[in-house]
Amino acid sequence: MTVPTAAIQALRDVVGEQWVKSTSVELETFATDGLPTHNSRPGAVVIPGSRDEVVSVLRLLDHFDVPFVARGAGTGLSGGALAGSDAVMVVLTRLNRILEIDPVNRRAVVEPGVVNTKLSEVTDHVGLSYAPDPSSQTVCTIGGNVAENAGGPHCLKYGVTSNHILEVEVALPNGDLVTLGSPGGESWGPDLVGLFVGSEGMFGIATQITVRLTPTPAIARTLLADFSSLRTAGEAVTQVISAGILPAALEMMDQNSVAVVEESIYSAGYPTDAAAVLIVELDGMDKDSVESEAAQAEAILRRAGARAVKSATDPTQRARLWQGRKKTFGALGRIAPDLVVQDAVVPRSALPDILERIAEIAAEFDLPVCNVFHAGDGNLHPNLSFSRSEPGVLHRVKEAATAIMHACIDAGGTITGEHGVGADKIHLMPLVFDAETISLMRELRRAFDPAEQANPGKVLPLHVCRDAAEADASQ
Amino acid sequence: MIARQIGSLLGDHTLVGEDSDGTPRVAPRTDDACSIVLSKAAKEGWRVRVQGTGSWNTTDAPADLALSTSNLTGVTEVSPADLVASVRAGTPWEELRLSLLDHEAWIPLDPPGAARSVGSVVATGTAGPLRSGFGTLRDQILGLTFVTGDGRIIRAGGKVVKNVAGYDIAKLLAGSFGAFGVITSVNFRLRTVPRADQTLFAAGDRDALIRAARAILGSGETPAALELISPRAGGADEWTLALRLRGSEPAVAAQTTVAADVAAPAILRRAELKSASGFWKQLCAGATGGETTLRMGALPSALESTLDLLAHHLDEKCDDWITVSVTTGSVRWTGNATPDHIRLFRGMCAQQEVPIILERAPWRIRSEVGHFGAYRGRVDTIVESIRGAFDPAQVLLVPLSAGQ
Repeated sequence: MTVPTAAIQALRDVVGEQWVKSTSVELETFATDGLPTHNSRPGAVVIPGSRDEVVSVLRLLDHFDVPFVARGAGTGLSGGALAGSDAVMVVLTRLNRILEIDPVNRRAVVEPGVVNTKLSEVTDHVGLSYAPDPSSQTVCTIGGNVAENAGGPHCLKYGVTSNHILEVEVALPNGDLVTLGSPGGESWGPDLVGLFVGSEGMFGIATQITVRLTPTPAIARTLLADFSSLRTAGEAVTQVISAGILPAALEMMDQNSVAVVEESIYSAGYPTDAAAVLIVELDGMDKDSVESEAAQAEAILRRAGARAVKSATDPTQRARLWQGRKKTFGALGRIAPDLVVQDAVVPRSALPDILERIAEIAAEFDLPVCNVFHAGDGNLHPNLSFSRSEPGVLHRVKEAATAIMHACIDAGGTITGEHGVGADKIHLMPLVFDAETISLMRELRRAFDPAEQANPGKVLPLHVCRDAAEADASQ
Repeated sequence: MIARQIGSLLGDHTLVGEDSDGTPRVAPRTDDACSIVLSKAAKEGWRVRVQGTGSWNTTDAPADLALSTSNLTGVTEVSPADLVASVRAGTPWEELRLSLLDHEAWIPLDPPGAARSVGSVVATGTAGPLRSGFGTLRDQILGLTFVTGDGRIIRAGGKVVKNVAGYDIAKLLAGSFGAFGVITSVNFRLRTVPRADQTLFAAGDRDALIRAARAILGSGETPAALELISPRAGGADEWTLALRLRGSEPAVAAQTTVAADVAAPAILRRAELKSASGFWKQLCAGATGGETTLRMGALPSALESTLDLLAHHLDEKCDDWITVSVTTGSVRWTGNATPDHIRLFRGMCAQQEVPIILERAPWRIRSEVGHFGAYRGRVDTIVESIRGAFDPAQVLLVPLSAGQ
């Protein structure tokens, strides 16, 4: 199946010649997202420049019966923003205007293509920021964050994307515009904003988003604690959280991650002989209270077995402590050409056991693994390094990733905390949801998209759905 | 007749008699029993009203069968290390609160009303003053189990603090007044109880107190609660501004000083912990003082005009029970008003982009006005379509919008 030539021509008429890509070279750019294990070239790419153009594009695709996939910066890590040759990719990076900053009500109105950090840069002078901070925040878009319900290190204290979205204007797959939520965040009906955020582009395209802004903390203190075993580091996480301290961030890096970072240009001065390091950040408006919480956290970390705890308050020192964490993925490029960033969640108290289990699985499949993740949330990111030129390696990577997911589910967790299901984890959905629930999710999707044209083939394994099963039985 | 059919399906022990209006009442003990009742209702075309303790919405919907959550009780799991608790829907909110306190854990939510069940709080999505600092109900829920109108048992979300597997059905269920299913159990995200708890009061003119509250917010603070309270609701001669700070002792001490400075000329007075606790409890309980309770969602900067509109349409004598979360712009009112008045007021507010939610009222008002309304654009089509998916036989008697 391909996209009809007439449809592509009609798209050109709507957005202009240069904003429709259809040659194979042009399309190759859009054939992967941040996850290298999935690859699919779209039938065509259209890059509308305004909400009205998005609406016209969707009407047109509806008319031609062509499915579509919305995409922001393409930094997603679940193969979610990939389109097949029968589908058109709608890229939203040109819708990048910040429409309104409203400091009194602590909110901003943005178009979906606004880059995450750009918003905080603009609101910084009024003492406010947009809190969700995925690692890709310097390039990823807020529209993509909404689709995936993106998280980030500081979501431990400030909440994930879903906690920061008040109102969304959505272009439905047939081109109709609908506004969910209200400017103040109260709902006109059931919580469709909560449902839309994280729906992975399967309900429509967000064309305008009202976000909540958060007062920027006046002071922050960052601690770096190093441990001689993964287990004690994992236990320390639980002890900090259950002591009633709510750090802004609580991140863990294991020895492999530390080694990779320290050998790279991003070296942050982490002790390379440590089995794990924890980065704990405390923040607030008042210096004394932040200092007091930091002292308390430091005491807990030492009691829990930390060999040493470093502390930094000035921005340069803090940036250095964070640098290694934020640049780990870049540094990992040094050890192998390809990397799969995995994403799973376990109850915090299960961290010590699950980290050992992940190491066993990696050894079993003979793949280097390093863990760099949001420990305070129990949100794991085991990263598997490999070289795709090695025969059969992709299969081994997939098997290892699946084994890790099984282990996390067995520990009471789930298959994704912030990267989404996309194409990558669709086969794992039946492990966490029964057929009734997946069928109901499909019906929910149909309430927005009856023809199932928005991002088809993602998230929901349709073969397990109730009506599919019934249809098979009746044949 | 219906009672006999239910008795033969589940055993007579699940039938707990009749409501005062003669409606047979069933109180299933398990999710499966709940599923059996609802799938039978869907087949037979019965209309079912779901009820908890009956302390919030009146149990007067004209149903063929009342389904009570009174046998679905108990805090089934509290994990202080993971800060997660699971509780069955019929459990009294107060019981949950006390049981968490044993573990020094806390859900930062102070729902309006008294003697409510967990299911009622979640189904109606009612948050109290603490929404200022900690968000609303949706922000405290990790997952829930519910039974659809035709008896499917659905487990949405989970027990972990971050979860983006599949669509967020738990958020859809929270605050949808039971239109999509009967909630049977809920997993909550917990916090450890903050050590310090300081309440400060100022009294005076409504708009002067709003200005003081804005000055507090302008200093960058996000208080646990920042509530403007009408004379009736505060049991005072004037309006009250109640500021509640929760956190570590040094943080609360610092916030207290800053707030007192920036609130001037309003004078903030510290309250003793015991009297403050009593005040907040009484304030929450007061939300059922009138026949009807409404919630308005204004922008914080538009509070004065929203309150003027409220006074003009529903509170002509300016002596009603009103509380306002200045941080979020959420206004709660309880009193007596005719359906026509509420509809007119809702229309006026809709023109200002202010949604009004009918949180509680007798059936004659609920059914005429609807919990929600003034939907914009195609939202009503989407909601009806979702409803059709969750409750195809229209078993659940919930007037989501006007005239249902």
